[in-house]
Amino acid sequence: MATKFDAIMARRGEIMRKALGMDYSEFELSPIAFDYERMMTAHGYSLDDIVAIQRLAGVGSTPLLELKNLTDLVRSVCEPGMGARIFVKDEAANLAGAFKDRRASISTFVAKEKGYEGVIAATSGNYGAAVASQAARNGLKCIIVQETFDSRHVGQPEIVEKGRVCEAYGAEVVQLTVGPELFFHMVELLDVTGYFAASLYSSFGVSGIETLGLEIAREMEALTGAPPTHVVVTHAGGGNTTGTARGLERAGATETQVISASVDLSGLHMASDNDFNRKSFTTGHTGFGVPFATWPDRADVPRNAARPLRYIDRYLTVTQGEVFYITEAMAKLEGLERGPAGNTAMTAAVSLARDLPRDATVVVQETEYTGAGKHHWSQLNFAKEMGVGVCSGDPKNNVPGKVIVIPETFEQIRAKDFDVARMRKSYIRNALKNAPEGYVPTADDIEFLAADTKSDPDTVKATLTELAEA
Amino acid sequence: MTNEIRAREGDWVEVECKLLDPADRSKNLPPETAEKPLMMWVKGFALGEAAKGEKLTIETITGRKVAGALSAVNPGYFITYGNPIPELTHVGRDLRAQLAAYRASEGGEC
Repeated sequence: MATKFDAIMARRGEIMRKALGMDYSEFELSPIAFDYERMMTAHGYSLDDIVAIQRLAGVGSTPLLELKNLTDLVRSVCEPGMGARIFVKDEAANLAGAFKDRRASISTFVAKEKGYEGVIAATSGNYGAAVASQAARNGLKCIIVQETFDSRHVGQPEIVEKGRVCEAYGAEVVQLTVGPELFFHMVELLDVTGYFAASLYSSFGVSGIETLGLEIAREMEALTGAPPTHVVVTHAGGGNTTGTARGLERAGATETQVISASVDLSGLHMASDNDFNRKSFTTGHTGFGVPFATWPDRADVPRNAARPLRYIDRYLTVTQGEVFYITEAMAKLEGLERGPAGNTAMTAAVSLARDLPRDATVVVQETEYTGAGKHHWSQLNFAKEMGVGVCSGDPKNNVPGKVIVIPETFEQIRAKDFDVARMRKSYIRNALKNAPEGYVPTADDIEFLAADTKSDPDTVKATLTELAEA
Repeated sequence: MTNEIRAREGDWVEVECKLLDPADRSKNLPPETAEKPLMMWVKGFALGEAAKGEKLTIETITGRKVAGALSAVNPGYFITYGNPIPELTHVGRDLRAQLAAYRASEGGEC
C-alpha cells in the first residue's frame, strides 16, 4: 500500500515545477546528459544584473583581508622559501552573516518578481537565516524546514541557534527529528502553500555565488596584481565550490586552482538518530560533500546546479579538532572570531600554504558569523555532554563520533587529499545507475560526463569499460 | 493554583506532532532511525486553551493552522557558550609567542 510519504513523493515533479516556476525537462538531452549551461542561464539574469540585485539586498562586496600573522605562523613551520600568502573573504559581513546570503538574495528576488506570496527552504544551515533575512526585506512570508533534534528531542546547538535567528527574521521554523523526510515535508508544504521553492540547488541560488568568485579575482588583482593562485572553498552540497569557480572563470581567472575542503566525518551515518548529535559540524563535512559530489541529482530539484566535480582540482579533508584549533587561533591572531564550519577551508589553507612557495596566494573564500550554539566552545561542550571524548594530541588519532583530538601544536595541522579520481568514477557509476537499465551512453553522453567530471572522453570511456567488466 | 503549564488563546506556544509513523517512513534508513516516528515542532499563536500535552491548534507566523499537542508556552532558547575549553586556552598565548620568535629570527617586525 502506498504510504503518505510515497504519495507526496510521487507528485514531487509536478509540485516542484510549480514551486520553481521552471520546467527542467527542456534542458534534458538524453537519459544521462542535459544542457548545464543553458539551465544556468535560463533565468535571464546577467552577472551584472546579479551584482545589482545583491547590492540592493545588502549582500556582497565583503572585505578581503590579508592574514599576515597567520601567514608568518605558517612560514615559521615550513621549509625556507615556502609558505604562501593567505587571504580571507570575510563573508560574515553579509547581511545575515554568511555567503549563503548571495544565494538567498537571488532566490527571493525571483520569488518576488514572479509574484509568489512566500518562500520555503529545507535547510539546517546558514541558508535558512539568509532566506529569512531576504524574505523580510522583500515582504515575503518564509518557512524554513530544519532537521534539529534527535528522537530524545535533544537539539544540535548550532542548528537550534540557526532556528532562533530564522525566527528573529520573522520566519516560521518547522523543526523535525532526524531523517531525509525533511524534503518530503518541504514538498508537502510547497503543495499546501503555493510558495516558491528557494532551493539551495537551483540555478538562481548557485548563480548568486558567482559574484563571490568575481569579487575575489578582481580584489586580488587590485591587491597583488594577479588573481589568486589558489582558492579554498568549504565544501558541503557543492554550491559554494560551483558558484565560486564559475565566478572566477567569468572574471578570467582560469589559472586559479579551486580546492574544496570538508571536515572528515567518515564512519558517521547522516540519517542515523544515534550519530546525529555525535558530530560537531552540521555542514561543510564529508557526509554531504562526498555523496552530493558523486551524485548531485539527489537534490530537491530535478537537476542540481551545484556540480562541484566540474570545477575542483583537489579535495582536502581536515578533522574537527583541527578546525576548532584554527577557529581559536583566528580569533587570537587575526581578530576574527567566526564560526567553526566556515573555518574548514581556513584549516585546509594553512596546510596547503605550507607546501606552496612564498609568492603563491591562497584565498579562503568565506567566513560565517558565530555566537552561542555555533561557537566552537558551545560545540565542544556539547560534544562532551553527548559522550564524545575531547583531548589534546595528534589529530591523526581523531575518530568522528568518538573522539575529537585538538592539536597540541600548529605544526600538527595537516589536511589529507581525498581521491578525486575515485569520486569521478563513482559519479559515472551513479549516472549509469540512474539511466534506464541497459542504456548505452552515446558519444554526446561521454562528452557530457567528461565535462561534468572535469575529465576527458578517453578517461570516461576507460571508466565505462571498467564498470562494464566489473 | 497549580504549576501546570497551560496556554490561553493568543499565547505564543509550540506544538508537537507526529508527521510519520515508523511504517510510513522512507526506506533505507538505519534501524535506529527507522524504528522511530518522524516528529515535528512548530510555534505559533494558540487558537484556544490547552494544558501541556493536550490537543491545540495554532496559527503560525505565516498564517498556517497546525494542530498538535501543546509542548511549550512562550518557548525560549537556551543555547550557551559554556565553559572555556581547557584544550584550547593555551592556543592564543602559544601562537603569539611562536610568531614573535619567528619574526625575531627573521629580523623582521615583532
